[in-house]
Amino acid sequence: MGHPQPLWAAVQAPHQCIVQRDNHLPAAGCTVADTSQDGTALHHRTASRERYLGDDEEPTQLPTSLGVHHTCITSLARGSHGKTPKDAASVRATHPIPAACGIYYFEVKIVSKGRDGYMGIGLSAQGVNMNRLPGWDKHSYGYHGDDGHSFCSSGTGQPYGPTFTTGDVIGCCVNLINNTCFYTKNGHSLGIAFTDLPPNLYPTVGLQTPGEVVDANFGQHPFVFDIEDYMREWRTKIQAQIDRFPIGDREGEWQTMIQKMVSSYLVHHGYCATAEAFARSTDQTVLEELASIKNRQRIQKLVLAGRMGEAIETTQQLYPSLLERNPNLLFALKVRQFIEMVNGTDSEVRCLGGHSPKSQDSYPVSPRSFSSPSMSPSHGMNIHNLATGKGSSTHFSGFESSCSNGVISNKGHQSYCHSKHTATSLNVPELNNINVSRSQQVNSYSSNDVDMETDHYSNGVAETSSNGFLNGSSKHDHEMEECDTEMEVDSSQLRRQLCGGSQAAIERMIHFGRELQAMSEQLRRECGKNTANKKMLKDAFSLLAYSDPWSSPVGNQLDPIQREPVCSVLNSAILVEVPRGTNPSSVR
Amino acid sequence: HPCILECFPSPTSDLLKENKSLEVTASSRHYVDRLFDLDPQKVLQGVIDMKNAVIGNNKQKANLIVLGAVPRLLYLLQQESSSTELRTECAVVLGSLAMGTENNVKSLLDCHIIPALLQGLLSPDLKFIEACLRCLRTIFISPVTPEDLLYTDATVISHLMALLSRSRYTQEYICQIFSHCCKGPDHQTILFNHGAVQNIAHLLVSTSYKVRMQALKCFSVLAFENPQVSMTLVNVSVDGELLPQIFVKMLQRDKPIEMQLTSAKCLTSMCRAGAIRTDDSCIVLKTLPCLVRMCSKERLLEERVEGAETLAYLIETDVELQRIASITDHLIVMLADYFKYPSSVSAITDIKRLDHDLKHAHELRQAAFKLYASLGANDEDIRKKIIETENMMDRIVNGLSESSIKVRLAAVRCLHSLSRSVQQLRTSFQDHAVWKPLMKVLQNAPNEILIVASSTLCNLLLEFSPSKEPILESGAIELLCSLTQSENLALRVNGIWALMNMAFQAEQKIKSDILRGLSTEQLFQLLSDSDVNVLMKTLGLLRNLLSTRPHIDHIMSTHGKQIMQAVTLILEGEHNIEVKEQTLCILANIADGTTAKELIMTNDDILQKIKYYMSHSNAKLQLAAMFCISNLIWNGEEGSQERQDKLRDMGIVDILHKLSQSSDPNLCDKAKTALQQYLA
Repeated sequence: MGHPQPLWAAVQAPHQCIVQRDNHLPAAGCTVADTSQDGTALHHRTASRERYLGDDEEPTQLPTSLGVHHTCITSLARGSHGKTPKDAASVRATHPIPAACGIYYFEVKIVSKGRDGYMGIGLSAQGVNMNRLPGWDKHSYGYHGDDGHSFCSSGTGQPYGPTFTTGDVIGCCVNLINNTCFYTKNGHSLGIAFTDLPPNLYPTVGLQTPGEVVDANFGQHPFVFDIEDYMREWRTKIQAQIDRFPIGDREGEWQTMIQKMVSSYLVHHGYCATAEAFARSTDQTVLEELASIKNRQRIQKLVLAGRMGEAIETTQQLYPSLLERNPNLLFALKVRQFIEMVNGTDSEVRCLGGHSPKSQDSYPVSPRSFSSPSMSPSHGMNIHNLATGKGSSTHFSGFESSCSNGVISNKGHQSYCHSKHTATSLNVPELNNINVSRSQQVNSYSSNDVDMETDHYSNGVAETSSNGFLNGSSKHDHEMEECDTEMEVDSSQLRRQLCGGSQAAIERMIHFGRELQAMSEQLRRECGKNTANKKMLKDAFSLLAYSDPWSSPVGNQLDPIQREPVCSVLNSAILVEVPRGTNPSSVR
Repeated sequence: HPCILECFPSPTSDLLKENKSLEVTASSRHYVDRLFDLDPQKVLQGVIDMKNAVIGNNKQKANLIVLGAVPRLLYLLQQESSSTELRTECAVVLGSLAMGTENNVKSLLDCHIIPALLQGLLSPDLKFIEACLRCLRTIFISPVTPEDLLYTDATVISHLMALLSRSRYTQEYICQIFSHCCKGPDHQTILFNHGAVQNIAHLLVSTSYKVRMQALKCFSVLAFENPQVSMTLVNVSVDGELLPQIFVKMLQRDKPIEMQLTSAKCLTSMCRAGAIRTDDSCIVLKTLPCLVRMCSKERLLEERVEGAETLAYLIETDVELQRIASITDHLIVMLADYFKYPSSVSAITDIKRLDHDLKHAHELRQAAFKLYASLGANDEDIRKKIIETENMMDRIVNGLSESSIKVRLAAVRCLHSLSRSVQQLRTSFQDHAVWKPLMKVLQNAPNEILIVASSTLCNLLLEFSPSKEPILESGAIELLCSLTQSENLALRVNGIWALMNMAFQAEQKIKSDILRGLSTEQLFQLLSDSDVNVLMKTLGLLRNLLSTRPHIDHIMSTHGKQIMQAVTLILEGEHNIEVKEQTLCILANIADGTTAKELIMTNDDILQKIKYYMSHSNAKLQLAAMFCISNLIWNGEEGSQERQDKLRDMGIVDILHKLSQSSDPNLCDKAKTALQQYLA
């Protein structure tokens, strides 16, 4: 319930659409609605819709219009006289109702009942025959005007409500919390019509006889029924459910639980010094040995720096049987290694190439927010970097840290030694600040821009343009659309050369690719087909098909951010080995 | 052997028990003794210790009462010399005692605790006042306390009104006292005249939920069936918002159920009083749906009862609201569930639930019957839907013979409402022989049931009703005749009304039975009844009796003299047009008889009266008088010539000529037809 506007949403959209069943030919420009598919339908996007969705969700479209152009009255003419059910035709909305909207509501005004008023209002799944009234077919649900019956995927209706006709406003509310649906007539709830509804239903209206005209309202006008009040009730209900949720005795000790959570988060991501300091100040015991944490940290560091070869080697040294038992993991690591070779960051090609963009050693922090806090050790790293590079610096900007990272990388892995004494000086409240400030990082991006530039030059790493590169790769996609060719050439000359530009490295990479191919085939023989592996390899090899892999459609693989998932999987696999280490409790 | 031990407890355990109870009494005795200490400080400590000892301990409370703690506490509480602290603690302990059993409250009342506490309210100390109010509140909300005790001293109410401004606790307790002690219009008027509306209105927006809730409850009891309060409420505003708007906000779906239900009651009262129109959106789109929701299975049994009763009251007289309610959330089906308590499941699974269900089962059934009665009051389609609900008629029939008067009454009401349907009278009423239990209900029933049951009987006796015959055979005439002698006006009306219906197009035997059963004296008694409704129905009965020629002649031959007397009397008396019209119609019927005609022709007084009404300013009376004349002069009947002559001599023909020129087509036609009789 973290969002200010929780999940349930009555739709708000500025468009209106009128659907009419008529024998007259449609006016020019009209779409015959019953044949229109999603492709021909107009997609309406409005800003107001998205505010109902969670931050971490892909914006999903709410159905806010029927599958017809909203600008004109559309007829469902089929040249017949609506005498038989065969003459029926339905239109459905452009999008299904997304599960995340909680409660969905739309209203349909009967402008004219036409000859017989055989109208159906309801819901249908994708693929349901649109030449029938909603309710008659499987995965289709409707309330019909002529008899007031409800049709639940069946040709025979059940007595449900009153009949409806010209001038009536019929509403349909889908409650995705308990998967039920009820209708309203002129603002009065008629009671539950359907239960156990399947997901992804489209609002649907069907007409059968000539002259039937309806006007759908997806929220562009005020609703007749007080849907807000209904939503209030459900909000309260859910809130009460949360409030009353039974908590075990031990879990009721919030303080302890939060401390445990923080501690396990720190241990999981290998912030050993901080974890130690935190454990000391909160009287906890760290369940994993310090050395073990440091080992994991080292491996993570290598992965995030793109030095996959070393990472694999180290893992095999420290946890001898781990990768043997996880061939798929090993394969994933090797595929990543291949990508890093293309990138020119992997140690095997680096030693061959000699030229290596320094910045690539460091793990950049992308300015965008991450999908899940547990997946992004970058936040944690801010702590260390800040402490080492800046001493008493107080802002936690992502760019800030990437700059200092760039500097540090020249001096090897000092930062992690330093972190020991700095982390111990960190106390709990500061930690909290950092966790809380996650969202602020994005905001501070622009405000710290100037600072960043200054650091950048004063540290004397301008010529390698570490930040420029990082920005270039992470912001690459949208820059492409705007930048002129000159810029393109310029940047690629400077930064992007296959395997760091060394011929020997390229050969090594090709050789490695062959090995990988062989491994893939072996894996398939031993463990059977694995589509994920297959795709992974295909995507990685695709990089070679482009003269400039970075700007290719598969170029995002080269983005350092893609190291994170691999890193996380490896870390978790190691933790399974280590006694007492699992995912941090915050992941649950 | 464990079994034997259980059956025959050993004497030692008995002894132990006795010892234990002795111990308890001894310790209680100690608490009471300390109240009599000479050192006031020790007394105070004693009271505080007592307070801690009685909290949540009913046994201890009973002990202390038996040992006489109450009079001593009251003495200390009233003593001017006692410190305020001591007095406050005494009030707290007394409040605690009142929280116990009903017997505790009775004991406190016997010690005249109420005047003592009311006296305490005059103290300047707020803490003490709050303690007194809290104790008073606890006592007044007990069912054993007569609410009249609040109204014995006129100054009490105004003092309580003044205390409303002191603190949120005084507000909460006083509102709670008012809402529990306001029973009936007298109490409502007293509180209203003391400015209850103005004093309590602003508490509806208090920051304390308890205060808001108690204030709302106050308004719901103040406005209940009280047009004066309701009309006032609609124009009161708090912080620029009118009370109806505030009430509407309180029935939002995220508010506590108690609040939604109570504000719906307020709005219902205001609507029924005419202060809010029935088509106002706050009724149609807010109050009504809210009350329907209160009937849903998700609500507690108590809430469902209250919701259904309030909704029944809201829609009782408005067909549009009845229609809306009937389609809202499947209300008619939802109500069928009210009859399923105690459910078979509850009996098996747990005894506590069974007990709970049993307690509410009657209430649920009567509430459902009431709501069905309101729903079906006017609309034929709704009645049909109700009767089609599973086992509906059986449920009504069962309800008619339940032991609970409330259920019987509600069942009869429901039956009455459904009996307005011609179709249902002919079908389901007949199939289920509802007349049988109905006739049974009518035997020795209290008046409130008799009134509704006899109205229902009226409908069942309509001539097209198949139940008519069996009802007559089961001695309905005697029963109805006895009703006409009732002190209760409604019963008299229903009795005579049912007889009137029964006489309509009835066979001669029934008519004679009615006349015999009623007796002429009673008939005259009814004709001089002060109520115009009774008079009209009695005339209607006479008119129905006097139809078809053989019946007219037969009745007039036996009762002619008395009937003519009665007719004369009414025509001479001060009565409204409808009554006179009805009377003239009776004369017209008499004039249709063969031998009965002579009773008019030989009565010059009556003839003069007929002549007079022919020239009356009211067309209806003129027409009715013309029917008489027309029947008298009709050709081809024995002695028609003589009658025509006599009437011509009286100047009737002149009047007929004049009327044939009338602008009223009915009169004109009738006059012309009459004149033709003379020409033939």
